[in-house]
Amino acid sequence: MSKHRGELAIQASGLIKTFGKTRAVRGIDLEVPAGTVYGVLGPNGAGKTTAVRMLATLLRPDGGEATVFGHDIVREADAVRGKVSLTGQYASIDEDLTGTENLVLLGRLLGHRKPGARRRAAELLEAFGLTEAADRQVKNYSGGMRRRIDIAASIIKTPDLLFLDEPTTGLDPRSRNQVWDIVRIIVAQGTTVLLTTQYLDEADQLASRIAVIDQGRVIADGTPGELKSSVGAGSVHVRLRDAAQRPEAERVLARTLGTDVTLEPEPVALTARISGEESGSGAAEQASRALHELAAAGITVDDFSLGQPSLDEVFLALTDHTANPTEKEVAA
Amino acid sequence: MTTATPEKETAPSAAYVPTAEGLGAVLASGEQPPRPSAWSASVTFGWRAMLKIKHVPDQLFDVTAFPIMMTLMFTYLFGGALAGSTGEYLQFLLPGILVMSIVMITMYTGIGVNTDIEKGVFDRFRTLPIWRPSALVGALLGDVCRYLIGSTVILTLGLILGFRPEGGLTGVLLGVALLVAFSFAFSWIWTMFGLFLKSEKSVMGVSMLVLFPMTFLSNVFVNPETMPGWLQAFVDVNPIAHLVAAVRSLMAGTPDGGEILWTLISGGVILAIFGTLTMRLYNRK
Repeated sequence: MSKHRGELAIQASGLIKTFGKTRAVRGIDLEVPAGTVYGVLGPNGAGKTTAVRMLATLLRPDGGEATVFGHDIVREADAVRGKVSLTGQYASIDEDLTGTENLVLLGRLLGHRKPGARRRAAELLEAFGLTEAADRQVKNYSGGMRRRIDIAASIIKTPDLLFLDEPTTGLDPRSRNQVWDIVRIIVAQGTTVLLTTQYLDEADQLASRIAVIDQGRVIADGTPGELKSSVGAGSVHVRLRDAAQRPEAERVLARTLGTDVTLEPEPVALTARISGEESGSGAAEQASRALHELAAAGITVDDFSLGQPSLDEVFLALTDHTANPTEKEVAA
Repeated sequence: MTTATPEKETAPSAAYVPTAEGLGAVLASGEQPPRPSAWSASVTFGWRAMLKIKHVPDQLFDVTAFPIMMTLMFTYLFGGALAGSTGEYLQFLLPGILVMSIVMITMYTGIGVNTDIEKGVFDRFRTLPIWRPSALVGALLGDVCRYLIGSTVILTLGLILGFRPEGGLTGVLLGVALLVAFSFAFSWIWTMFGLFLKSEKSVMGVSMLVLFPMTFLSNVFVNPETMPGWLQAFVDVNPIAHLVAAVRSLMAGTPDGGEILWTLISGGVILAIFGTLTMRLYNRK
């Protein structure tokens, strides 16, 4: 299936876009191997959508160059359009029209004759579990159904490269899982996916490589594992029964995990970072050793959880805005 | 599932599980059709406009109620004073009020384009490998239908009120054809503003600012001979005035070649200028 194995789906260097005085994208380099999911991770306003819109030929870059499967996004925009589909952050379908009408419309625009477009619409609606909603106006769809019809519209003609701009923002967990499953299936069939997201765990779930974007620049890229180990593997959150035992718990955790322990505003809670993979053992293993040591020291633990590093932590680590420890201590 | 459930997330969709077989099959379906011609893509977008009328019929309000109001209002307001009787005046006024109403309706084109863009559906259209102007040409083809509906409404009302065109059916049809062709070209002014301006409201504001002087400062209501010289000079170059004169002559059975030519040329010039500007904005947006 992967007709483009070994090829680069996207190659971008120094992409720049300025809106008035705002420099939305200030020099982005990307290399996206064909046949993979590439995650672009960043907070709101980081420039993710602007970058995607340039790559999808919707915006003309002010500087830099990019190719999609070897076609220049400015000079050969039409060839690029023949290879990509975009599912935007806001539903890129006509809300006044029904599900069927939307898909037939796009099928016709992609060159299907009317019967062919109808057949294609019906089979897509079926595959996306929307047959029952086929004749309803899209504005009456739920958030999850909207996302699905939007993705269905993007694969009427199976694209070589699919842009998914924050596909799960605002979805409930079940709909989010459906979208994740759909993305996995699409990629398994050979389509390259460029996914933007604000959620580290989403990028982690789907992407084989991630670029972290902040303030219009790529500040880090690598596999999810590489990124996380650069941040630390996560944190353990501990709640004690007795606040009086907290100083002792702090000492035990600091000794076992070898990292700083943060005292939370709540007198019974504390959090400790778990260092990265360099320490030689996995995060869960370290956490369970810490739990064991706490018990051995006679400390009663009411609640114990292992959290993935949050996007905040990734950014703090990557952007070198050192977490302001004094502030936390004052709070404690 | 046996009864209609109006809730948004109904059982079947909540239970949806994407399967590799189901999705894989629709992804694999191989042969790709050739890309559609410019005309075919435009007609498809015209079909979209028709579907929108079907789903949101309120938008026909402005091509029915508005022209009826205009015709009745001005016939009875000015008829007695300007021509001695409303019946007399109608013979003069109706082609003019027809032109005025339809030209005014063209501004909804810009508003439509503006709302479309805001909703993000244009993003999808703009990433399709199709003839670039087709989305806008198609929208305008849909608008042409609206212009035809509006024209029919006004002419029917006119006939009921006593409008008796000397040019007969042929003259009337030719007049409408010229009017619709000009309005198609004229609408590109609004597609440009629709792409250029930030909100629906500002499109509306600018449209009014352009349309009111262009339609009122013309020969729609009165013969320009009574106007001051400077105003006559404006009416002389106002393309709407030439359009009115041309439509009037066709409907009266005395086609004025000069006015018709003037109208066709001004329509062509407007299309060339504003069509180009529109497409430049569309590509840059």
